[in-house]
Amino acid sequence: MDAVILSRIQFGLTAGFHFIFPPLTLGLTLVIVIIEAFHFKNNSELYKKISNFMIKILGLVFVMGVATGIVLEFSFGTNWSNYSRMVGDIFGAPLAAEGVFAFFMESVFLGILVFGRNRVSRGVFLLSAVLVFFASHLSGLWIIIANSWMQTPAGFAIEGGRAVLKDFFAAAFNDSTLIRYLHTVMGGWITGSLFTAGIGSWYLLKNRDLDSSRPLLTTALWIFVAIAILQFGSGHGHSVQVAKTQPAKMAAFEALWQGQNGAPMSVIGIPDPAQKKTNLEIAVPKLLSIAIYFDPGARVQGLDDFKEEELPPVVLSYLTYHGMIGLGSLFALLAVISAVLLISKRIFETRWFLWVLTVAVPLPFIANELGWMAAEFGRQPWAVYKVLKTAEAASVVVPAWQILLSIIAFSAIYCLLFAVFLKILFSIIRKGPDNITIGYVGE
Amino acid sequence: METMQLLQMLWFFLIGILFVGYSILDGFDLGIGAMLPFLAKDKKDITALFTAIGPVWDGNEVWLLTGGGALFAAFPHVYATVFSGFYLALMLVLFALIFRSVSLEFWSLDETRRAFWKWAFCVGSFLPALLFGVALGNVILGIPLNDRMEFTGNFFTLLRPYPLVIGLLGFSAILLQGCTFGALKTTGGLHDRLVAAGKKIVVAYAILMAVSSVLTALFIPWSMGNILAWVCAAIVFASLFLTALQLGKGSGFQAFLLSSLSFMGLWGIAGSLQFPNLVRSIDGGGLNLDIYNTSSSQLTLTVMLIIALIGMPIVIGYTIYAYRVFKGKVAP
Repeated sequence: MDAVILSRIQFGLTAGFHFIFPPLTLGLTLVIVIIEAFHFKNNSELYKKISNFMIKILGLVFVMGVATGIVLEFSFGTNWSNYSRMVGDIFGAPLAAEGVFAFFMESVFLGILVFGRNRVSRGVFLLSAVLVFFASHLSGLWIIIANSWMQTPAGFAIEGGRAVLKDFFAAAFNDSTLIRYLHTVMGGWITGSLFTAGIGSWYLLKNRDLDSSRPLLTTALWIFVAIAILQFGSGHGHSVQVAKTQPAKMAAFEALWQGQNGAPMSVIGIPDPAQKKTNLEIAVPKLLSIAIYFDPGARVQGLDDFKEEELPPVVLSYLTYHGMIGLGSLFALLAVISAVLLISKRIFETRWFLWVLTVAVPLPFIANELGWMAAEFGRQPWAVYKVLKTAEAASVVVPAWQILLSIIAFSAIYCLLFAVFLKILFSIIRKGPDNITIGYVGE
Repeated sequence: METMQLLQMLWFFLIGILFVGYSILDGFDLGIGAMLPFLAKDKKDITALFTAIGPVWDGNEVWLLTGGGALFAAFPHVYATVFSGFYLALMLVLFALIFRSVSLEFWSLDETRRAFWKWAFCVGSFLPALLFGVALGNVILGIPLNDRMEFTGNFFTLLRPYPLVIGLLGFSAILLQGCTFGALKTTGGLHDRLVAAGKKIVVAYAILMAVSSVLTALFIPWSMGNILAWVCAAIVFASLFLTALQLGKGSGFQAFLLSSLSFMGLWGIAGSLQFPNLVRSIDGGGLNLDIYNTSSSQLTLTVMLIIALIGMPIVIGYTIYAYRVFKGKVAP
């Protein structure tokens, strides 16, 4: 295999593994801020206990995010050095800004959350929780800015073969930044809230930690109800933006083989690129035109409107995009049922639904990964849309065997870390909020 | 002087400051990590050392991430050349940093594999502590580059004697950071072992500094006329002497500050030998990579400067606050 393919596999592997953790961090910081606000207002020992429990989990999740994030910061130099030369004038700044504005703050105040409960006042502790929430979301914004610039580049000019910054705000807040950010952050909140609700549900099912499990479940579930429904709006907005600014990507998402007026929206099917048709397809006539342009007769560009060599991989784009939407629809359904049970105050007794919430915990993680994959597959063959092809972005001096070696090492290390992470996570949950010790335990 | 030139020089200096911040702060937790199995007699000692660095190590590591990001943004060609050229070495550093990031938490919570995570933290700290110096030694001595700024050597090019000695020098500085900070935070036998180790390391550090100076004279003869480098070398020797005196009296904040000053001196030497180059080219192949031929555009450097001027004072402010929150000895 050649070095470019191997570098793509390595980036996919390392970024995909990393992306398990940051969305959960975003959601957990939201849950913790709310719980900590209750604690600040009521000085309640119960909320303090629950907060300590969630902070213990956040600390573990954050460490995994840090460990796997460093790799990505350096990977543009190690594996994508041509990319770094071509677009470093624009792409480096958000990474540096993430460190200066967000990551320092997140790390320092998380230190206070994890270790400083007995060293600062309740007010400072709440402020630390708010700052960790703020910084983790700001950190996400800078990363989304960097990624969005690859999707819909703006604010630059090509000079001497390199992309040169011309307008910082146009580059940072390009066509896809804000909507992608909203969509990603809400994905994180869904992840974190369902994760927390799942823990609360499990305690209820096991008839244990009843004092903690009820506030955990209700707090988290209300967040989940609100966001899982709103996420449809942000998802719609994001799709419209993709259709308008990256039409080839939308054509691949929908496997729309021919550009047409009154284009249908594909609900399910298996695209066959050789025959240029989608097998076993269920599609809603004219819905794609309506969704994008609010006009049943509007023309939507199809795959035949673009050069063959500039098309993304249709099968992967279609399946990841539709997989994400399928899961998103499931979350909305769960949200509606949750709302009914919460309002009618039957949630704690409805055991079958508590089981559903518990086993649904991994699904938002899968939805996040699928959404990210859809966004990245759909951008191909470009690293920076219509500016730099992925094949021209890789390092030229790194031999393929070295990349293969690092892929093997990353795979082994990440398998080990993930197994230990899960083991520790389950042991924290099994011990429960009553048995949380602050700081390191040596005995 | 033109604005562009001024910005390029400023960014050379600012990236230097980020690396100094990283060396001084993450230096102490890297140093403690590298010595952990040798200093800690039991679980209590490990808990004490982890508690000393637990709340701050991650913030300290952000100096490296920000330094890397700033290098990417300000001098993208240097970032591209060095990181792709040193691929295997860098992967080794990354694997080490991954293990070290998780191993404090995992040591505490994954009880069945405690010995493994203890050694993971040790090796994960040792490798970067040594290899960062080796990398710096290489860019000072020079590496083979072609006219497209690409590295043409291989893994073994990086393991020449001069960079290895610079690696050991940096490693000794990191260990001294670890000893002086560790002694500040601990009590009893652990504290005494840290002070005793510090006394030995300060001697090794001074010897390595002398050896490095001689080797620099041999391998980089033109550097001998660089007055600023001599001043910085004098600062290193003086602060090492004073660190040794302080360690003789026991421990204290002064020992840590003086050890940190010696580290600044090392960076001062590196900076004054390098300026305005960032990576030297040897074997007459390509160009030296300097601040003028590798930098980003004037607009990017300006935007980055604004970001740094707004952001870094705030960072320094709350970092000092956090260190004050966790001030004092950790409970034994």
